Amino acid sequence: MPSTQRQDLSIAITGSGGAGVVSAGTLLLDMAAELGHYGLMRKAYGPQIRGGESAALLRLSTRPVHCMDDGFDLLLALDWQNTDRFAAEIPLSADSLIIADPAAGEIPAAISQSGAQIEPLPLKALAGETEGGRANMVALGLLARWLGFDHSAAQALIGAAYAGKGETIVSNSLASFERGFDTVLKHPPAQVLSTGGSAAPRWQLSGNEGCGLGALRGGVRFAAAYPITPASEMLEWLAPRLEQLGGSLLQAEDELASINMVIGASYGGVPAMTATSGPGLALMLEGFGLAIASETPVVVVNVMRGGPSTGIPTKSEQTDLNIALYGMHGDAPHLVLAALDTADCVFCTEWAVRLSEALQAAAIVLSDQGLAQSRALIDQPERRALQIPPRSLATDDGPYLRYALTEDGVSPMAIPGLENGMYTADGLEHAQSGKPSSAAADHSAQLDKRQRKLENHDYGADWAETSGGGDTAIITWGSSTGAAREARQRLAEAGHEVRLISMRLLLPASVEAMNKALEGVGRIVVVEQSHSQQFYHYLRAYYDLDVAIEVLARPGPLPITPGEIVNRILQQG
Amino acid sequence: MEHTVKVANPIKPKQYKSAIKPVWCPGCGHYAVLNAITKALAQLALANEQVALLSGIGCSSRVPAYTSVYGFHGIHGRALALASGLKAARPELTVLVAGGDGDGLSIGGNHFIHACRRNMDMTYIIMDNEVYGMTKGQASPTTAPDWTKSKLTPHGTGLRPFQPAALALAAGASFIARGFSGDPNGLARMLVAAIEHKGFSVVQALSPCPTFRPEHMDWKHQIRAFEHDSTGDAILAAQRIQADDGQSTGIIYQRELPVWQPITRNSGSIDQFEQEFCV
Ligand SMILES: Cc1ncc(C[n+]2csc(CCOP(=O)(O)OP(=O)(O)O)c2C)c(N)n1
Ligand code: SF4
Repeated sequence: MPSTQRQDLSIAITGSGGAGVVSAGTLLLDMAAELGHYGLMRKAYGPQIRGGESAALLRLSTRPVHCMDDGFDLLLALDWQNTDRFAAEIPLSADSLIIADPAAGEIPAAISQSGAQIEPLPLKALAGETEGGRANMVALGLLARWLGFDHSAAQALIGAAYAGKGETIVSNSLASFERGFDTVLKHPPAQVLSTGGSAAPRWQLSGNEGCGLGALRGGVRFAAAYPITPASEMLEWLAPRLEQLGGSLLQAEDELASINMVIGASYGGVPAMTATSGPGLALMLEGFGLAIASETPVVVVNVMRGGPSTGIPTKSEQTDLNIALYGMHGDAPHLVLAALDTADCVFCTEWAVRLSEALQAAAIVLSDQGLAQSRALIDQPERRALQIPPRSLATDDGPYLRYALTEDGVSPMAIPGLENGMYTADGLEHAQSGKPSSAAADHSAQLDKRQRKLENHDYGADWAETSGGGDTAIITWGSSTGAAREARQRLAEAGHEVRLISMRLLLPASVEAMNKALEGVGRIVVVEQSHSQQFYHYLRAYYDLDVAIEVLARPGPLPITPGEIVNRILQQG
Repeated sequence: MEHTVKVANPIKPKQYKSAIKPVWCPGCGHYAVLNAITKALAQLALANEQVALLSGIGCSSRVPAYTSVYGFHGIHGRALALASGLKAARPELTVLVAGGDGDGLSIGGNHFIHACRRNMDMTYIIMDNEVYGMTKGQASPTTAPDWTKSKLTPHGTGLRPFQPAALALAAGASFIARGFSGDPNGLARMLVAAIEHKGFSVVQALSPCPTFRPEHMDWKHQIRAFEHDSTGDAILAAQRIQADDGQSTGIIYQRELPVWQPITRNSGSIDQFEQEFCV
């Protein structure tokens, strides 16, 4: 069968945990990078710590990709252990191909009912032909061949990837890779990836690493945190690096401690952050309120997972929006930002840190499991010089008023060690000096000041990413941006121009900018991954949206796909 | 620990007091604890700006604003976490933490045991009045089981109280003392030793609340010094704590144990970390 050239290929590699599907997927991404392609690998795994099921869901493309496609071209199953648990995450059709080991038993009905073509392949037996052979490397060889990767380049990558594990592992892996590479399929896949990618320098990173890097770029030098899925890898990435930058990460006894430790360090003059997920954020909020009242800059990166309660810890959902926006007691102005894609994890977190330092504000950055734990192959992100001043510090002269009522609401902060700056930071309402006060005048003056410093700041064009035109607008936020961008592009290619507004800054609300972005719009489609339409209600609460609004909202764990959005837009004339 | 000595003249405790008048009731033990703190700072001749005093919420936790060192009046129960973050980030500062028995042993109990275990170089003063003063007289974890004066626990708590010294010892604190607001000079001496001690030092300061536990005004007739000097032997210390009625004062236990502070160095750069992402 002659194969057709495609701009995109979606491949799922599944197997029981420990079968090495994620290692194979990561190597495949590396190979794609060498060919000048882009890619995204989402990891799907079950609740088991070791063992259980796992899947590497890959999308390789000649163009930058920020979401999964609507379906998969190929499912390569090393075994079928519990595969039905995430069958829904691997949509297949009659055009798809399944490569599976007959020795692994019958194909589960949830998979075979797709009508996909099946190519039985004795992966285990092929691996068994060489000493210490591994089925995941056989699979990798097979895929490398199909995707047109150079044999020796692939070998070099495997050698480098396993160098740390010793020579035997490298040679065993290479032998299995050869077996796969030399295998001739009865039904070769009908599609191949177009050749001739771009030579622009690429990064391969996860959203968690991106947030970590953004925090360091922003100046964070102290972190305190309590482990939680899916934020832990950010902490693991940060710990050794903070240490090398003269800072540190402290593993706290719980999230109540983390947030307070971070406030303590920041009070000491060291920009500080913590990272967590929904349950941890819930525990942190009293402390977050203290940061707001005492005007101590802190950043909390919250990596959303399915909720409420322990929910679905290993899967993505955009449902901590309400708690981030409204979780505070009292009138508590703060910043809420959301990363739009992997590269934006870097920018958004850096922006949050710089804003929080400059405005002496508390910031929540929302990421999610999909962003955080996916590995993306992207263009090296540009490094913008942000025009945001550093934290305003008190100097030695004159009597010092920590919470002085300044015009912009930001009062210079004395850092312990400054000779005449002694004051007591307080979560109790206070007068300008910091002295506790329950006087109506002090309360309203300090409330005004804390609100003014956030609302008067010029956030520029970064409040959202806007593109396209026409009188229909998609409004989305955070990680749903990937699918929305692609939907907009597909619609444009089909002659339907729509606008896309992807919000990065949620609090304070950018009412004027939103009004401008919506000029001439007669129909709005809100896109979000939440059962209760949290984002839609947020838009209703803060913006003047007096046109027809439709909502495409559904819960996790399945990611929103571009096709879904396109269908919704086209549904109405 | 490094203490910056500021001037040669004897420093007066007053130098460490602020102009803010305490909200405390007349006769409250907390006044004397404040005096003991400022006396200890004067004795150590610490530069005001090199000292931080952090607290939680409660009558006792009001203390930072009454001093003229760097202060932080945080939230209920979390002062030790606040202080641990500050100390981790600014190891050269002298860090003191103060708060009530409710603040430190009930809502903040987890931070207390972990701070003992972590053994960072700071001093924690538990201003123990065996009651929640600020919320108008409920039982705390150190209240006797048969105290029936709170409407919340009309039959008494029926629970054995915590012995803070025993808790601190079990959790790994390296300096444990018990003082009394009725003897501010003795308490100040204890605080000097606690601040000079390298590691986490716990000073339980018995500090009566005349408003909600007026019977504790008798403490001045009951409280006496321990018969023994301090020990570095945890078993002996445990025996002495258990054999005592909780009303003997003195340094109970002091031992050199590894002091924790995060490891840090200057050996990397962000550019270098970014290189790791290049493919
Ligand atoms: C999260 C939270 N829960 C409850 C309170 C109410 N509260 C304030 S102080 C206090 C107890 C104070 O007792 P203690 O710590 O022993 O100090 P004291 O007032 O006796 O000096 C309580 C329960 C609070 N401020 N915050
Ligand atoms: S209520 Fe008790 S502890 Fe609080 S200030 Fe009055 S006497 Fe002191």
